[in-house]
Amino acid sequence: MGTFAYFPHTDEDIRLMLERIGAGSLDELYGDVPRDFVFKGEYNLPEAMSEQQVRDFFSALEAKNTKLKVFVGAGAYDHYTPSVIPYITSRSEFLTAYTPYQAEISQGTLRYIFEYQSVICSLTGMDVSNASMYDGPTAAAEAVRMILACTKKKTRVLLSKGLLPNVQKVVETYSKFHGDQIDYIDLEGGLTSLESLKKELAAGDVAGIIVPAVNRYGIIEDYSGFADAVHEAGGVVVEYCDPSALAVIKTPADWGFDIAVGDGQPLGIPLCFGGPYVGFMACRKDYVRKMPGRIVGQTTDSEGRCFVLTLQAREQHIRREKATSNICSNESLMALFVTVYASLMGAEGLKKVNCLSFSGAHYLYEELLKTGKFAPVFDAPFLKEFVLKPLVPVEKLQKKLLEGGYFAALQTEEGYVSFCVTEKHGKEEIDALVELVKEVEQ
Amino acid sequence: MKYYDKLIFELSREGRSGYSLPENKFGHCLKELPKALRRPAAPELPKVSEIDVVRHYTNLSQMNFGVDTGFYPLGSCTMKYNPKINEEIAALPGFNGLHPLQPEATVAGAKAVYEGMDKALAAITGMAGFTFMPCAGAHGELTGLMIIREYHRRRGDTARTKIIVPDSAHGTNPASAAVCGLEVVEVKSNANGLVDVEALKPLLGPEVAGIMMTNPNTLGLFEKDIKEIAALVHECGGLLYYDGANMNPLLGVVRPGDMGFDVMHLNLHKTFSTPHGGGGPGSGPVGVAKHLVDILPDVKVSGFNGNFGVILRAYAYILMLGRENVKLAGKYATLSANYIKESLKDCYKLPIPSVCKHEFVYDGLIDDGASKAPDGHGATTLDVAKRLLDFGFHAPTIYFPLLFHQALMIEPTETESKETLDDFIEVMRKIAAEAAENPMILRDAPHCTPIRRPDETTAARNPILKYQDSICE
Repeated sequence: MGTFAYFPHTDEDIRLMLERIGAGSLDELYGDVPRDFVFKGEYNLPEAMSEQQVRDFFSALEAKNTKLKVFVGAGAYDHYTPSVIPYITSRSEFLTAYTPYQAEISQGTLRYIFEYQSVICSLTGMDVSNASMYDGPTAAAEAVRMILACTKKKTRVLLSKGLLPNVQKVVETYSKFHGDQIDYIDLEGGLTSLESLKKELAAGDVAGIIVPAVNRYGIIEDYSGFADAVHEAGGVVVEYCDPSALAVIKTPADWGFDIAVGDGQPLGIPLCFGGPYVGFMACRKDYVRKMPGRIVGQTTDSEGRCFVLTLQAREQHIRREKATSNICSNESLMALFVTVYASLMGAEGLKKVNCLSFSGAHYLYEELLKTGKFAPVFDAPFLKEFVLKPLVPVEKLQKKLLEGGYFAALQTEEGYVSFCVTEKHGKEEIDALVELVKEVEQ
Repeated sequence: MKYYDKLIFELSREGRSGYSLPENKFGHCLKELPKALRRPAAPELPKVSEIDVVRHYTNLSQMNFGVDTGFYPLGSCTMKYNPKINEEIAALPGFNGLHPLQPEATVAGAKAVYEGMDKALAAITGMAGFTFMPCAGAHGELTGLMIIREYHRRRGDTARTKIIVPDSAHGTNPASAAVCGLEVVEVKSNANGLVDVEALKPLLGPEVAGIMMTNPNTLGLFEKDIKEIAALVHECGGLLYYDGANMNPLLGVVRPGDMGFDVMHLNLHKTFSTPHGGGGPGSGPVGVAKHLVDILPDVKVSGFNGNFGVILRAYAYILMLGRENVKLAGKYATLSANYIKESLKDCYKLPIPSVCKHEFVYDGLIDDGASKAPDGHGATTLDVAKRLLDFGFHAPTIYFPLLFHQALMIEPTETESKETLDDFIEVMRKIAAEAAENPMILRDAPHCTPIRRPDETTAARNPILKYQDSICE
């Protein structure tokens, strides 16, 4: 047997261990496995590589990707990740730890999750946050079941058509199999329509709604009257939020809503081709026992303050099929990204991030309109993302931008193109983008 | 480990900040937004310098135990070593900086990672194809069950709403079934800890969508009747789901696809060496047999492409393993488990003495020292677990599976040396001797950790769930 860096077994070790067990060979330990199930062929895998070969292999793959200047959002935002974040999150005491069930040797994890919950509550204005979910869309999907659990006699959940397409899709997938009825609230002028909502509420069977804080067109929604309408009808309101934006726009609590969900990715998590990110869920105090996922709480030991996983009677390892969710592993380390990010930025830094993104986006919006290659679509306030109607062929536009090293002008279902600007993009980069657009011909 | 009792919020000072951002050269400002849309008061977040953040989290990390700190014999969790090259690969900017919606032609390298992993996992498991959308094991279970339901639905067979789950199953199995809208029917284990085939037979019928099996099961036992079970379930029209949480001992030895499973998930954060991160991110790719491959694209269970960063790490691990070493991983894991099992059975009750796979279960101490305790209560499994922490070992999984009252579930993995296992065995013997002599040492443990046992009852009765609650106290 050759040696391998991850297997410390020497021939002598193996011999001694087998001796203690009373087995003649490693294969004998599989004596209970029917012979025809033991794989006898060669695994169709490459030969073992050295570490350097692995590194070269991935460098070659990496070179097949094109690193672009990202001017698209649509659920994944190219905000800057301060260097402290990878430094802290790669500490092996955090990285290689298991779920903090043994509180005595997990105070590091428990404490940052408690801080994370505090950050999410501060940003959303909610009373209680869980310890994290997989991503934003799955948090929204779990919110559907939470809505139905909070309002037992109602059966229908409404989604705003302004939610991101991937959020709608994941919610639909979960709901289809769980057997939950999903319907939609129409948009009017790019905004979730209160009138359409009221029409649906009149049926009397609406358990709750999910609406976006900033919708798929980048528009900041005005939810005056929504909470009252839904609450009067006995329903629950969930807002799907960009937690970075919540530092400067009205929170779900400000609108009088009940539950907040979304993706924590804009808070310091790299794009990484879509994951790992971190879903968040927060709610009013009254709903905490219906909330899925782990929760960390403060308590004491004989010496003083400490932290533990709590309210576990909601969870799968205790309640099995009666649990509020099947979630077990979540995205703990990504919650640390968020917590470190929020600590570094503070309210002031987050405000500046939003201000830079807002300013850059509005500058780009104006400059693009000046080129004469676009028409405005909506007359509504936006933050860092917006759509325009292209007056030139979209393929030509996208091709030109791509050649210039830009990922921008993502086409929407309606044939609009969307742009997103974050604090990472300076004026020169935006000006160069606009110059490329000017060169696009009919 | 020393105790550090601060929250980042408590380090906050007016006038401090930890960010560095460019100047605004655009001549726009947030005040242009209508007041009705603006947040009335700034969120309460820490105001701290960069060094405050770095010291705070470094101090927190030092109260944590990880695989890099010491041995983690946590049953059903497969806490194997997390290779460092994996981290380096996942941090490469050409992967880390990709937007998930970038045009196909600009992400050829990332696509190749998915294709390579699909092939590798197919080779290892005997399944035909995988979806990488699920972000964790339970998420994979849910996805797999969706695929099973969709399969029946496409055949117009909508009556199949029941799923059979053994009583020894992980809690996520019945919970995932419930989230998928399936009714859970429990099948009992027999005296040997295996699915009771005779008890299974009457449960099968036209309402059964399938069965979820963990093989080896949570007692670490190979379900050797799997061939018959597969035939019975298929005969009744159901499908077989393989919970990959316990795949590690079969890695390189047995392929679930060859045992007749139609759908399975893998935990890349267990079997394929990616770090647990204190409870995630994981990745739970779902593999299916040929006749179900068409369904994969229709089960959209996460926002983009799953946890790409985790998939990259697992791919690096598989390439390091290669076709030679993969054949040893499972066997060494099994060797280690049996070695511990045989070494401690004179101090800990071994309810099922037969050969185990990657893990096994003791049912508490043989002599819990009850006669030596002032109140007549001996040391429990919880006490053994807590005492282990004092000796620098993580605790095993305790009180699971539910089949035994004092369950102590041990999984050593293949990455631990004989010396480490011997140290653990010695400490376990010492703890057993302590219990017999003076169980109070165990009942008061841990003694050397950053905190003592926390008051969990008060935590649940009077929940303090965020910093703002704690200052109201």
